[in-house]
Amino acid sequence: MGAQALQFLAAGLTAGSIYALVALGFSIVFNASRVINFAQGEFVMIGGMAAASLVGAGAPLLLAIAGAVLLATAVGLLLEKLAIERAARADVTTLIIITIGASILLRGLAQLVWGKGIRALPPISGERPIELLGASVLPQSLWVLGATLAIVAALSWFFERTRSGRAMRATAANRLAAQLVGIDVRHVLLASFGLASALGAVAGALIAPIAFTSWDAGTLLGLKGFAAAILGGLGSFHGAVAGGLVLGLLESLGAGFVSSAYKDAIAFVVILAVLFVRPDGLVGALRSERV
Amino acid sequence: MRLHLPARAALLTRRCILAGAAALAAAAALPGAAAEEPLRVGAFLSVTGPAAFLGDPEQKTLEMVVERLNAAGGVNGRKLQLVVYDDAGDAEKARTFAKRLLEQDKVDVIVGGSTTGTTMAAIPLAEQAGTPFLSLAGAVGIVEPVKKWVFKTPHTDRMACEKIFADMQSRKLSKLALISGTGGFDKSMRGECLKVVGKYGIEVVADESYGAADTDMTAQLTKIKATPGVQAVLNAGFGQGPAIVTKNYRQLGLTAALYQSHGVASKEFIRLAGDAAEGVRLPASALLVAELLNDEDPQKPVVVAYKRDYEARWKSDVSTFGGHAYDGLMLTVDALKRAGSADRAKLRDALEATHGYVGTGGVVNMSAADHLGLDLTAFRMLEVRKGNWVVIR
Repeated sequence: MGAQALQFLAAGLTAGSIYALVALGFSIVFNASRVINFAQGEFVMIGGMAAASLVGAGAPLLLAIAGAVLLATAVGLLLEKLAIERAARADVTTLIIITIGASILLRGLAQLVWGKGIRALPPISGERPIELLGASVLPQSLWVLGATLAIVAALSWFFERTRSGRAMRATAANRLAAQLVGIDVRHVLLASFGLASALGAVAGALIAPIAFTSWDAGTLLGLKGFAAAILGGLGSFHGAVAGGLVLGLLESLGAGFVSSAYKDAIAFVVILAVLFVRPDGLVGALRSERV
Repeated sequence: MRLHLPARAALLTRRCILAGAAALAAAAALPGAAAEEPLRVGAFLSVTGPAAFLGDPEQKTLEMVVERLNAAGGVNGRKLQLVVYDDAGDAEKARTFAKRLLEQDKVDVIVGGSTTGTTMAAIPLAEQAGTPFLSLAGAVGIVEPVKKWVFKTPHTDRMACEKIFADMQSRKLSKLALISGTGGFDKSMRGECLKVVGKYGIEVVADESYGAADTDMTAQLTKIKATPGVQAVLNAGFGQGPAIVTKNYRQLGLTAALYQSHGVASKEFIRLAGDAAEGVRLPASALLVAELLNDEDPQKPVVVAYKRDYEARWKSDVSTFGGHAYDGLMLTVDALKRAGSADRAKLRDALEATHGYVGTGGVVNMSAADHLGLDLTAFRMLEVRKGNWVVIR
């Protein structure tokens, strides 16, 4: 039983880390603009697909991942520059619709550029599972956990200690006041899109060796990440991380101990319950701590 | 939020691949040639949209075969005219197009219906109009109960299950764990397998499922591993799910025999699952292993020729789905020759009397009670060895 529980835990934490990275992307953009960026999942897809095609073209794995993250970041910045910024005076609903349009466009482009097939990315350090107290864990899972941990630590430092990070938090807390003290909120918006798309791409490149990737892989991962962000409280930094991990663990423990037939349902029932009981999410009380 | 390509979908691709110009030119060149009306073959296929992987090779196959038949002088001395509409996988559109084929284009036969949904929408119309309809979709329900004018060419999920269970029987494996996705194909196959499993004296000791977006199935497989007595695991699935299951299976060190479904019977599965695919067995149609078949296999010449022609004509890999369309059209041609005319009732009777037709899907023997006419020999049991398929005999 112990070994089994450990196996479920490992699976849940791996998936949860990915959900957390995607959720962070949602929260960062939401804070800067009050927009839910439905193209977030596509950055996950671009991260995986670009890395896979670069490896296919002969690039070393780590370089390919870096290239994929750069590409996704560039796409994120372009999306903000060409679409979101130009519609700056439009209301939030219009902006959200723009992101949905961008998501459809990106999926279409991915089909054209990379085709409709499923692609695999080699893992960072081999496929031989590591035996851990009776559970067998893939080295890639450890990479996912480690990278997520490092990213969360780096982001924490960024938001707490650096001037740009504080500017982003200030904009989130009160846009007008931030503007009054001289923060360029347009700059903040651009930076938030860049950061969110980079996070998505890292998630995509990390999970591709475990779960494969394809032109439509972003849709459902994006949805799970959105659910995680809601679960933790949209806009909350710690909430996004907690929401992702809780969602991943619920799915895996639910499938393991209850029934895999209700795997997706368990997660969404919990989210509904959280929304009924605590509409601001798990970490909603810490409203002023917005990213 | 699903991607559609509205521009293409809205475009009503209506193509008349009559040897149009060609036939006219031929008639002009040979004043004596009978200017008889062409035989009209109608098709509504899901050429674009989510089921494009079905409709696209089907359309290409029909075009190619019609070209060839006409170049060889047609059937019974008459040329064939193909009328194709793209329903984009939408049952409502399929119904409209089927109506147009029957009422405006006045086709002699319909070969089409890429999906079960589009087929079901057209069945009442074909029955009412009294026009033979050869469906290219999977569900058993299309020909069960038997409908007077409706036939189908693809093997069914139930046959895939039976093929696997027969193989398990021969290996003396009787305790089965099921793991299936939540998609339409997966669910349908799981249901069919559960219906027939009893006949083979096999007991289902675990029944797990996973979602379409799942990145990891170790939780479900850990449960299966902990279930006592499991001798074989069957994964009914489609897309990347079965490849993830296969990788997780080896990660957890499960040793029971692993069966996959015909849904992943392609080289892509081996490419994705890599070394983990070694030893996996799955049922597949002869077309996939055309070159590996015995020389005395009756299907070998048919599948090798179709594969060669298709790949030369379209510069893309052959698929089972195009094979279904090939069989649909060639069954019609076979029946037309025996009927000696294109009279719809005679054509229907001849289709029902099909005996010993060798196609890409198998050897077809139809009867009044069986409008599919395939048996388990339609499937080959394959095993992955050293990164390639091996036919288990």
